[in-house]
Amino acid sequence: MLAKRIIPCLDVDNGRVKKGVNFVNLTDVGDPVEIARAYEQQGADELVFLDITATNQHRHPITETVEAVSRQVFMPLTVGGGINTLDDIQALLRAGADKVSINSASVKNPDLISQAAQRFGNQCVVVAIDVKTDPQSGQKLVYTHGGQQATNLEAIAWAKEVVQRGAGELLVTSMDHDGTKQGFDVDFYRQLTAAVEVPVIASGGAGKVEDFAQVFLQSKVTGALAASVFHFGELNIKEVKDYVRSQGVVMR
Amino acid sequence: MIAIIDYGAGNTFNVQKAFDFLGVETILTSDPKVIDQSSALILPGVGAFKAAMDNLQAAGLVEIIKTTVANGKPLLGICLGMQMLFNYSEEYGQTAGLGLIPGKVVAIPDGDLLVPQMGWNQQILHNSSSVFKEVANQYTYFVHSYYAQTDPQYITSTVEYGVQVPAIVEHDQVIGMQFHPEKSGQVGLQLLKDFVEKVVTK
Repeated sequence: MLAKRIIPCLDVDNGRVKKGVNFVNLTDVGDPVEIARAYEQQGADELVFLDITATNQHRHPITETVEAVSRQVFMPLTVGGGINTLDDIQALLRAGADKVSINSASVKNPDLISQAAQRFGNQCVVVAIDVKTDPQSGQKLVYTHGGQQATNLEAIAWAKEVVQRGAGELLVTSMDHDGTKQGFDVDFYRQLTAAVEVPVIASGGAGKVEDFAQVFLQSKVTGALAASVFHFGELNIKEVKDYVRSQGVVMR
Repeated sequence: MIAIIDYGAGNTFNVQKAFDFLGVETILTSDPKVIDQSSALILPGVGAFKAAMDNLQAAGLVEIIKTTVANGKPLLGICLGMQMLFNYSEEYGQTAGLGLIPGKVVAIPDGDLLVPQMGWNQQILHNSSSVFKEVANQYTYFVHSYYAQTDPQYITSTVEYGVQVPAIVEHDQVIGMQFHPEKSGQVGLQLLKDFVEKVVTK
């Protein structure tokens, strides 16, 4: 049986991992290679690197990070942040990324999804979607630019469109839940996973081990992503996986 | 020196990085002379079967690979590289493969499961005398929409994905891995090491 995936996300700024990282025995707390290795030892199934400076700087220092990590850590690597062109994608794949995550550019230029899927294969094209409930209409809408710009795209309709265009996987963040540590937006993921036939990674809201079990048991997401709870050492990936497995979910 | 066959496949660098990490010298090449003088061949692969076979053909590598294997050299095909070891694939019509292991490549049935299979799946060992027997019950990382159908005598291990998907196949010194050992953590590295230490230098 295919295992469900637990995926830590690392924010990378000029080759260094940002946010407080609180691992025991790390000599350099900002070094992406050391952090990736620590996550590997905890049992991470995949790593997501988010280049938080790329968009403003029009360059991709993260390629060096990906190159360095892929020489030491042998698991799937997804890279996102500031990807606008097929050349950006090519450079990241050559550096060692297995998948790229496209967010704002997929809204601005949806053809990029289809072109990337045709050239590099659907399996390496992840579309990231940030979703927030509109207070007036109650609709779930898509936001871009790190959640700062609203669009008029309805989330599930947009998800279907990007899949039709060739997205092989969706990384969907609930901005309503992000940072609350109150659990994933399970109802929304249940609707979303019923509407699309590609793997969906849930993101936003993880605070305790039960939250991971709940999103796997009550929706068809295939992975769950978290950043801060792992960075700050509030949760250890191994303890999350042990608990989720004890609830009857297949974990590696 | 182990030759990693360079025909424009996407995951070539990551395969080479895994061997680098193990301290095993490899060369990325499409030069028939280098391939001929190598101790073993690695055939990586990501993408579509026909495009990959066309690229191999265009680079003049099909005959070289067949001759080198006929001379007894080990060959490891990874992911699409494993699928290319068989007689043919049904991906977008019918395309001939290298014909080094009897069998064909067909689509994963479109049932309740998502296709491609993408993620970590648990290996079921069928041949306990294989040099790769330590793969039993281990999880390895898969990304694929097609799978091999072959005689059980060639199947070392499978994973369950609606059907029994051959994960490791062996026919004499020709080996195929449907998953990505270069992306399967310590387990994958160990399998590559087993190939080098127990198959190549046997």
